[in-house]
Amino acid sequence: MTTQASRPDIPETSTERPCPQSLSDLFISFTLLALQGFGGVMAVVQRELVERKRWLTREEFVEDWAVAQIMPGPNVVNLSLIIGGRYFGWRGALAAFAGMLTVPLVLILVIAVLYAPYAHEPHVVRILRAMGAVASGLIIATGIRLLGALHKNAVGLPLSLLLGGLCFVAVAVLHLPLVYPLFGLGIIACALAYRKLKP
Amino acid sequence: MNTALHLHFTMADWLQLTLHYLSLSLISLGGAIATAPDMHRYLVGEQHWLTDDQFTSSIAIAQAAPGPNILFVALMGWNIGLNAGTTATGLMAALLTIASMLLPSTIATYMATSWAHRNQHLRAVRAFKQGMAPVVVGLVLATGWILASTPDQPARDWPLWLITAITVVLVLKTRIHILWLLGAGALLGWFGLV
Repeated sequence: MTTQASRPDIPETSTERPCPQSLSDLFISFTLLALQGFGGVMAVVQRELVERKRWLTREEFVEDWAVAQIMPGPNVVNLSLIIGGRYFGWRGALAAFAGMLTVPLVLILVIAVLYAPYAHEPHVVRILRAMGAVASGLIIATGIRLLGALHKNAVGLPLSLLLGGLCFVAVAVLHLPLVYPLFGLGIIACALAYRKLKP
Repeated sequence: MNTALHLHFTMADWLQLTLHYLSLSLISLGGAIATAPDMHRYLVGEQHWLTDDQFTSSIAIAQAAPGPNILFVALMGWNIGLNAGTTATGLMAALLTIASMLLPSTIATYMATSWAHRNQHLRAVRAFKQGMAPVVVGLVLATGWILASTPDQPARDWPLWLITAITVVLVLKTRIHILWLLGAGALLGWFGLV
């Protein structure tokens, strides 16, 4: 396949696409993704796999993220299963899954032991708050990026923005439990898409 | 923080702990953190296996540390294990809880998504992915919004909001690596500028 060297911006429809080379490539890539994910891994996955490595297009990422979100289990773990499984079947899913969890699990146990005495140290509290502010900026930026993927959506851009906007209001403003917008709006949106897609 | 409990765990207790996580796994729709209230009810309220402090700090550490936030489950297991015995018990309990939390959902997700991948040209599968996309993008933005507005006192917290806004612009307008941004945030925090 092609190399993973970064290329200038090219249309996302190019035929030769970079992809993971092996199971260990998957394991290492997902370990590195997980280790960069302070306050959530999703923003890093979008940045690294879509914009740098180009294993996925923006549109594919949104679709995969939708599936990862709707299935039980943590979103980023589900995403690793989906992406790993696509290239190498169950072994790929396992490699990406293990990459996402093994090293971070060891690390977090070490941190738990070391961190406990300093939990209330003002410096530590301030650092965590500032990194939290960065992490939320990363997620908002990811959301704005993903809006671009809606141009090609079967439902059409105006309806897409309406559905996305309603979901935002339901969760961010009205603080409804996630399942209501996810399934309520989801069913409407899927029905609309079903009608638009020709059999 | 260190008012640890001293528990005597029987095999039946370990089994109950495992079953609790196995059953939560399949209903953990919409993110792991959504199941945290139920864990609190069971582990802290009902069984008294964890203190309130241990529960809260498990979540806080997992969110601050690199890696998926679901690892807070392993930290809760670790604390329960410590309360019930030694470091070895803690390690065993950490592995037991995270494995129980992830095994059912992982199998279900893998089977469902590989079915969908084999049938990706079915109209229903395409409609599902296309239809869910706008809803999910709205959800990503909402997640970021909620996290950004957790600090909620304008007079004190405006520098944090400014950091969030600057981060958004830098990510969208430049190709700067995420770790630089996180590092810059950490420095600002260390020097007390936010």
